Amino acid sequence: MFIKIVLVVFSIGLTGIFLGLQQDSSFQESKARGAVIYQDFCVTCHLPAGEGVPYVYPPLARSDYLLNNKTASIRGIKFGQRGPMVVNGISYDNTMMPLGLEDEEIADVMNYILTSWGNTTEKMVTPEEVAEVGPR
Amino acid sequence: MKKSILISCFFVVMTFTSCAQKSDNSIKTPEQTIISAELIVNDLQIPWGMVFLPDGSMLITEKSGELIHYKDGEKTNISNVPAVYYRGQGGLMDIELHPNYEENGWIYLSYSSEEGTDKGGHTAISRAKLEGNSLTNIEVLYKAGPNTTRGQHFGSRLEFDDNGYLYFTIGERGERDVNPQDITRDGGKVYRINDDGSIPQDNPFVNETGAKGAIYTYGNRNPQGMLKHPGTGAIWIHEHGPRGGDEINIVKKGANYGWPVITYGINYSGTPITDKTEMEGMEQPIYYWVPSIAPSGMTFITSDVYPDWKGDLLVGSLSFQYLERMQLEGEKVTYREKLLEDIGRVRNVRQGPDGYIYVAVEGKGIYKLVPKS
Repeated sequence: MFIKIVLVVFSIGLTGIFLGLQQDSSFQESKARGAVIYQDFCVTCHLPAGEGVPYVYPPLARSDYLLNNKTASIRGIKFGQRGPMVVNGISYDNTMMPLGLEDEEIADVMNYILTSWGNTTEKMVTPEEVAEVGPR
Repeated sequence: MKKSILISCFFVVMTFTSCAQKSDNSIKTPEQTIISAELIVNDLQIPWGMVFLPDGSMLITEKSGELIHYKDGEKTNISNVPAVYYRGQGGLMDIELHPNYEENGWIYLSYSSEEGTDKGGHTAISRAKLEGNSLTNIEVLYKAGPNTTRGQHFGSRLEFDDNGYLYFTIGERGERDVNPQDITRDGGKVYRINDDGSIPQDNPFVNETGAKGAIYTYGNRNPQGMLKHPGTGAIWIHEHGPRGGDEINIVKKGANYGWPVITYGINYSGTPITDKTEMEGMEQPIYYWVPSIAPSGMTFITSDVYPDWKGDLLVGSLSFQYLERMQLEGEKVTYREKLLEDIGRVRNVRQGPDGYIYVAVEGKGIYKLVPKS
């Protein structure tokens, strides 16, 4: 009986570790795909280190808006971003049109920008999460 | 010590760089402007192209895929517009009228299209007629391939020359090492076709095995400005460089403009693309911008509405958000000036049939430039 319990606990533990590793490797893969998307769709305005252009294109690196408004950021990529916003204390009033990305690609690029240039996040954005975000 | 060596190296590099293009090319900001910008069409998102119909009304393309007829202060959406592959820089792009529009009614459109079997899209050129509020008689004249899901560099301006040939541009679709130098592949080219889409028999590569017969020039990156020079009749383009190295080029039959073998730009990351800015058999631009202004749209001023500016070239800047006025002596830029500073991303500029200049600005609309009395 005791051995059975030990075995069950042990296998649950193993499964947990396995799932964790799987999550970790899929997070890494998502970020890598996101880097490619970033070079393709984002870099011309937000620039290679996510620094943006003050007063014109908001920064993504250490951006308080991005890090504190994950859902709104997903919405911005998915449906476009328009009108005034304040990022790291600077006001912006510009238009980013929707980019035509698929939900999985939006998740990938979010995972890339949320973990680059000093940004850190533990929680991976999933395509399902992106699918749930509707227009404002 | 190390630092001072570095600094002197920097100056040497700067000196050499500035030697490549002679004369003072810094841009001036005038203290007083002689024009005011009146917003005549408002609430536009990305007004990519515009033309004036004989009745004075306008057709305006929105990148999102809408074709707007603007007449007597009212906007009407035109139906039956070709479906666009809306992704990245792609969408509904330029619009142009046939030189004999009043007789034949042909309207030409460029847009990104999913047509074909591969996933993704590529630039397409179509012509159609406007009947009521709908496009009819749509004919696809050219569809580049293979499709790709890349989001960049579709081109694609349209222009007719004095002989009735239609020129259009297709950017290299984010495949700079694959497309621009290969005349068997689409992208990174200027094309020339007849008004019905057939390929002129004297195009430069029609007899080369495997080559795309519509190609007129190659080694281009992403031209988003094109117009016929009012005096010489030559086709002028400008094209986006990478980081630095936007260019103005004059289109010559069969010429290679060098991308990415030669360029005045570098990668967005700051790393070099090539150490060469010139090479035999490759054309030099008549002007290049460092840093990049991200040029879009251009027009020559030929009317008498702005007497001091007659003959000047106007170019929109997306990234610096102004309109650039360039004085020329022949093919040489002698003076540059910023107009409409901070107006927004300037997507397009055209001289209307009334001689006034119209400027399309993203997120705002279309402005008419009116001289201050």
